Amino acid sequence: MNKKPQSATLDVLCPMHLIVSPTGQILHAGPTVAKLRKDACLVGQRLLEVFSVKRPRAINTMADLHLAANRKLHLEMSGTPRTALKGIMVPMTDGSGDVILNLSFGISVIEGVRDYALSNADFAATDLAIELLYIMEAKTAAMELSRRLNLRLQGAKTAAEELAQTDKLTGLKNRRAMDAVLERLLASGGSFAVMQIDLDYFKAVNDTLGHAAGDHVLKNVARIMIEETRTTDTVARVGGDEFTVILPRIGDEEVLRGVGRRIIERLEEPILFEGHECRISASIGTVWIQSGPTMSADEVLSDADVALYASKHAGRAQQTFYKPELRNAANASVPPTGRGKVENP
Amino acid sequence: MHGLINRSIQSYVCNSHGNVIWGEVAEQAGLDVTEFEAMLSYDDALTPRVLDAAALVLRRPRDEVMEDIGAYLVSHPNFEAVRRLLRFGGVDFQDFLHSLDDLPDRARLAVADLHLPRIELRSGAEGQFSLICDASVAGFGHVMMGILRVMADDYGALALLEHAGSKNGVETLIITLVAADFSEGRQFVLGASVG
Repeated sequence: MNKKPQSATLDVLCPMHLIVSPTGQILHAGPTVAKLRKDACLVGQRLLEVFSVKRPRAINTMADLHLAANRKLHLEMSGTPRTALKGIMVPMTDGSGDVILNLSFGISVIEGVRDYALSNADFAATDLAIELLYIMEAKTAAMELSRRLNLRLQGAKTAAEELAQTDKLTGLKNRRAMDAVLERLLASGGSFAVMQIDLDYFKAVNDTLGHAAGDHVLKNVARIMIEETRTTDTVARVGGDEFTVILPRIGDEEVLRGVGRRIIERLEEPILFEGHECRISASIGTVWIQSGPTMSADEVLSDADVALYASKHAGRAQQTFYKPELRNAANASVPPTGRGKVENP
Repeated sequence: MHGLINRSIQSYVCNSHGNVIWGEVAEQAGLDVTEFEAMLSYDDALTPRVLDAAALVLRRPRDEVMEDIGAYLVSHPNFEAVRRLLRFGGVDFQDFLHSLDDLPDRARLAVADLHLPRIELRSGAEGQFSLICDASVAGFGHVMMGILRVMADDYGALALLEHAGSKNGVETLIITLVAADFSEGRQFVLGASVG
């Protein structure tokens, strides 16, 4: 059989093939593989000097290589770039003892087309390399669009959370909503009351029965507070176990006393969680703002905090109304730096 | 309709005519949103409404606007990816024309839920082709006209294009390939933007 026409056929079908003599000399290089070492003509060079065989291991001579016929070979080109190639070698059937080594970039096709400036025409029409490059590029573009969408959605989520007025767990108003209500009442100049309510012994529930129990208790607390206040009142969860209730249009301190008492009484009823009784109570600090001198929201909340601190200091489970003397007393012992600073026992 | 399509229309209006004009188009079309998200899906009815609104606001025939959109998609630097992905289809313009049958499948390889209208190339006399476009959105053939006009230049081919009208929801383009290598064309480097 004549070798020449066969090479021409192989150039079309396998543009990355080499024909190698029994002694390891490259006799012919397909048009694409020839581009891999432009300045050095591959034909005439020794195969194992241009390529090293990475797998199977320990192939150092042509005799070793002949034993690896019909098996997948992992090769690497000497010199730069050290392109990784896959290959398969089959003996020629013309009795010459020559072998055909067909090569492919495998997964390194992306670097391959870049390093050697290859074009569509360098690949056999049936080669999936172009499709692979197409998919790579298409998927990269689509991923980039998805990534940008995710970033925008993330931004929108954060913005929505910033605008949210509700505490996710309990459905009560959150601090932001409470602040808004307070500002509105202060601006309108009417009378109203603010109750700072801290749960007592809640930490113990969380620590002994776990967060699920704690969440269950908080939901019940929220329900009780809603039930014990009017629909015009605002109940907000402003911290882990900290609540603020704002009650507009209060004409009598006795009303506040009643609300506080009922909240404490009902919170002290054991709450069942998976067969366990959760027992908590509440300390309340209340400030009653009657129409008169204008105060800031911070001042109102600070007064309520002082009263709350007094309740905790006096043994918890009680309500205290703010009086200026409390502030002096508080200053004398521990500064009322806000709520929640006194740990539950 | 896939957000990519609506977003392309929006990009065309914004890049070619400005955000203010797009605002007018969005209002004219009665959109709830002012921005289309490329990777979300929208009601099919929105796309023709946006196209009608764009034609009205730009005071141009809708067919002409659609052809412009097609040309924009393959020539604007922001959409270089589209040009490149189309160039993967063929080594020369004729080869590219023959790859158009696969275009909807190729699009779905990239974005699984992107459904493009079916297109079919029929070869006529030497250098004559007709492109049969399923036009689920009326005027899709004009978008293809715009795309082919730019792609012919891109490949350096000289081709005459004619919209031969629509019938039963199918639009037909007549393509006459006058010279395959009329000019240099634009470069297409396989490894240019991969990885």
